[in-house]
Amino acid sequence: MYTEVLRSIEGIAIFPIMSLLVFVTFFTAMLIWASRLGPDRLAMFARMPLDTTDDRAVPSDQPSQGDSRDREAR
Amino acid sequence: MPPAVSAAPEPSLSPDAETFAYDNAVVRKFIVATAGWGIVAFLVGLTIALKLVFPGFLAFIPQLSYGRLRPLHTNAAIFAFAGNALFVGVYYSLQRLCKARMFSDKLSAIHFWGWQLIIVSAALTLPFGFTTSKEYAELEWPIDIAIALVWVTFGVNLIGTVLTRRVRHMYVSIWFYLATFITVALLHIVNSLELPVSFLKSYSVYAGVQDALVQWWYGHNAVAFFLTTPFLGIMYYFIPKAANRPVFSYRLSIVHFWALIFLYIWAGPHHLLYTALPDWAQSLGTAFSIMLIAPSWGGMVNGLLTLRGAWDRVREDPVLKFLVIGVTAYGMSTFEGPMMSLKSVNALTHYTDYVIGHVHLGALAWNGGLAFAMLYYILPRIYGTRLFSVRLANLHFWLASLGILAYSIPLYIGGITQSLMWREFGADGALRYPNFLETVVRIIPMYALRVVGGSLFMAGALVAIYNLYRTARSGVFEPDTVDRAPALAPVAGREHGWHRALEARPTQFAVLTFIAIAIGGFIEYVPTALIQSNVPTIAAVKPYTPLELEGRDLYIREGCVGCHSQMIRPIRAETERYGEYSKAGEFVYDHPFLWGSKRTGPDLQREGGKYPDSWHFLHMRTPASTSPGSIMPAYTWLYSSTLDDSHIEGKIITLRRLGVPYPAGYERQAQADLRAQAEKIATGLRTSGVEAAPDQEVIALIAYLQRLGTDIKNKPAATVASVEGGR
Repeated sequence: MYTEVLRSIEGIAIFPIMSLLVFVTFFTAMLIWASRLGPDRLAMFARMPLDTTDDRAVPSDQPSQGDSRDREAR
Repeated sequence: MPPAVSAAPEPSLSPDAETFAYDNAVVRKFIVATAGWGIVAFLVGLTIALKLVFPGFLAFIPQLSYGRLRPLHTNAAIFAFAGNALFVGVYYSLQRLCKARMFSDKLSAIHFWGWQLIIVSAALTLPFGFTTSKEYAELEWPIDIAIALVWVTFGVNLIGTVLTRRVRHMYVSIWFYLATFITVALLHIVNSLELPVSFLKSYSVYAGVQDALVQWWYGHNAVAFFLTTPFLGIMYYFIPKAANRPVFSYRLSIVHFWALIFLYIWAGPHHLLYTALPDWAQSLGTAFSIMLIAPSWGGMVNGLLTLRGAWDRVREDPVLKFLVIGVTAYGMSTFEGPMMSLKSVNALTHYTDYVIGHVHLGALAWNGGLAFAMLYYILPRIYGTRLFSVRLANLHFWLASLGILAYSIPLYIGGITQSLMWREFGADGALRYPNFLETVVRIIPMYALRVVGGSLFMAGALVAIYNLYRTARSGVFEPDTVDRAPALAPVAGREHGWHRALEARPTQFAVLTFIAIAIGGFIEYVPTALIQSNVPTIAAVKPYTPLELEGRDLYIREGCVGCHSQMIRPIRAETERYGEYSKAGEFVYDHPFLWGSKRTGPDLQREGGKYPDSWHFLHMRTPASTSPGSIMPAYTWLYSSTLDDSHIEGKIITLRRLGVPYPAGYERQAQADLRAQAEKIATGLRTSGVEAAPDQEVIALIAYLQRLGTDIKNKPAATVASVEGGR
C-alpha cells in the first residue's frame, strides 16, 4: 500500500542523496559558525538560566526541619 | 492565558517592563504524577522480577502474568514516570527561560489530564492483553490517536510559549525541547500506522522486515528523543541553576545539539544486527552509533565541567548529587550503547539480560537521577521552604545508587554467562549446553540479586516521596511566581549571522529540526520499502490459516514475544541450537513482526514440528512437566477459555487490505476452515491420550506454534509441479 505511494514519486532515488548533502552542508556551516562565535555573546547565552529573579533562594544544603536534631547536636 | 500587566518602571528595567506570573500549579501536578506513577512503575517491575525467580508468584491471575505485565512496566517507566518528569522540567524551565507564562493554561490542563488518562487507559488495556506487541508502542489504535492529540496539545503550548517569550535568544534547553516534540510526534505517528479490526485490535500496516525496521527506528529514537533530548535540556538548565554557575561551554552545547539530533535518528538498525534486515542498513546503524559517542560524551563533559570549582558542594547538596550520578550514568550508557552496536559485541549481548542491565542503568540513574534532582530542586522553591530533610535525601541517594549497582551488575554477569553458554561447543563439535534450560537455571541467582537491587531503588524512592511530602507540608504553595521583564522589542537592522537569526525564529528552527531528523529516517527506510529485492519472496511462504492467525493473536495477547524471539541469527551456535537461520522472505505476511528482543526462553522461529501437539498442550498447562526447572508461567486460562473467533472475517479482510494474498471472498470460508483445523488438532490430541476440546484457546496457539518456520521446509507447489513435469 504505502510502498506503492513511494514508488509512484518521480525520481525518488535522488531524495536520499539530496538529504545527505543538506545534512553535511548544514552541519559544516554550523561548525564554522559555532567556532567563530564571540566569547561575549557565548557568555551572555550561557548565563541565561541564572539571569532570573524568580527563584526564591532555598539552599538545600542548609540544615532543614527534618534534620533539626542534627543541627542541635552541632 | 492571563494578560501581562504593565507595571511601574524600575530602575533596572526598561520603562515598558511587564509583570507576569509563572504557572507553578501545572508543575506541581506533574510532580505528583511523576512520584505516583514512578512508584507504580517500580512496583510492577519488582513484581515481574519476582516472577522470574518464583514463577508461581501471582500466577493464577491472567492479568498479572509476566507477558502482560512486562509492557505495562516498560510503558509506566518510560511514559508515566520519565514522561511526567520531563514535563515537570519543561514546564518549570521553559517559562523561566522565556520569561513568559505558559502560552495557555487551558492547554496545560488538557495536556496534563489527557496524559494521565492515556496512562490509565494503558493500565486498563495492557493487563487484559490488548496490545500491538511492538515494544514501547504496545498501546492499541484508539489510545495511539489520543497520544497524538495530547502530544500536539503539548507542542502547541510549547511553541506558543516560545513565540510569546520576552527573551530574544532561545537557550539551548529549548532547542532540545523543540526537537523532542517534533521527533516524538513523527516517530509515534509513523510507527503506529495500523489498520483496525475492532475497537481494541489492529494490525500494523508494515510487515516483517519493514515492520522491524520502522519499529526499531521508533524504539531506538523513543530512547533518544523521549528519554534523552528532553533530559539533556533539563541538564542544561538545572546543573547551572543548582551549581549557580553558567554551563561550561555554550559553544559545545550548540555542537552537541545539532550533532546529536542529526546522528541519533540513523542508529536504530543496531537493534537488528545479524537479523534478516539488509546488511547495508545494519552497517549504517553501527557506523552512526559509533559516531554518537562524540556528541553524547561532549554533552556529558559539558554537564560535569559546569561543576568545576563547585565539586565541594556536590558533597553537601542532594540536588547536585543526583545530577552528577545522572550525567555520569548518561556517559556510561552512551559508551556502552555504541560498543553493543559493534557486531561482534552484539552477537554476545543481544537477546540477553545484559541489555536489560544497560537500559536500567539509563532509566534508573540517568532519567531517575535527573528526575529526583529536579523534584528536590523545584518543590522547596514552589512551596517557599527548605527541603524537609537533607539526611533523608542523602539516604535516598545511597539507596538509589546501591540499588542501581545491585540491579545492573548481576544482569551484566547473568547476560554474558548465559550468552557464553549458548555458544559453547564441546570437543566433539556439539553444543556444550544443548538444553536451553541449563542456561536459564544457571542465572536464576542473578535474577534474585536483581530483585534486591530493584527493592533498594524503590525503598529510596519511597523515602524521597516522604521527604518531598513533608517538605510540601512545611511550606505554603505558591501557584504563581511573579516576575518582570520588558516585552521583546522588534529587531532593528540585520541579525548577527544565520544561526543567530534562526534562534530568534522558533518556527523555522522547528522546521529545520524536523528536516534534520527526517533525513536519517528517510535514508534508512525508503530503500527498504522501494526495492523489492531487499525482501526476496519465497514461494513456499503462505499466509497463516485462520486458526493459526487466531493463535498468533493469542501469542501477541499473552506477550510471549517478551521472552521468546523468532529470529535465528546466521551464527553457528544458533543454527545448531534452533535450526536454519531466518530469512527476510519468511516474514512477508507478519503484521506485526514478532522477532522479539530478549530470550528468557528459547527462540521459536523453527518451533513448528519440533514437538508433538500433546507436548505443547502439556507444556503450556504445566511448563515444568515437560521442561523440569522451567521458569515459564503456566497458562491455565488458555484451557478454560473458549476461543473467540467472531472477528476472524474482519481479520482476513483487514490483512488482505494490507497485502496478504487471501483469495477474494475467503473471509466467508474462514470460520469453517478454522473450526475444521481445530477439530483435527483436538482429535489428534485425544488420540494421544490428552483430553482436549476444539474450542479451547490453547488449540489455536498450538496451531500457530506448529506452523512456525515450517514454510521453507515445504517445496513450493509450482517447483514440485515443474520438476515432475520435466521428468
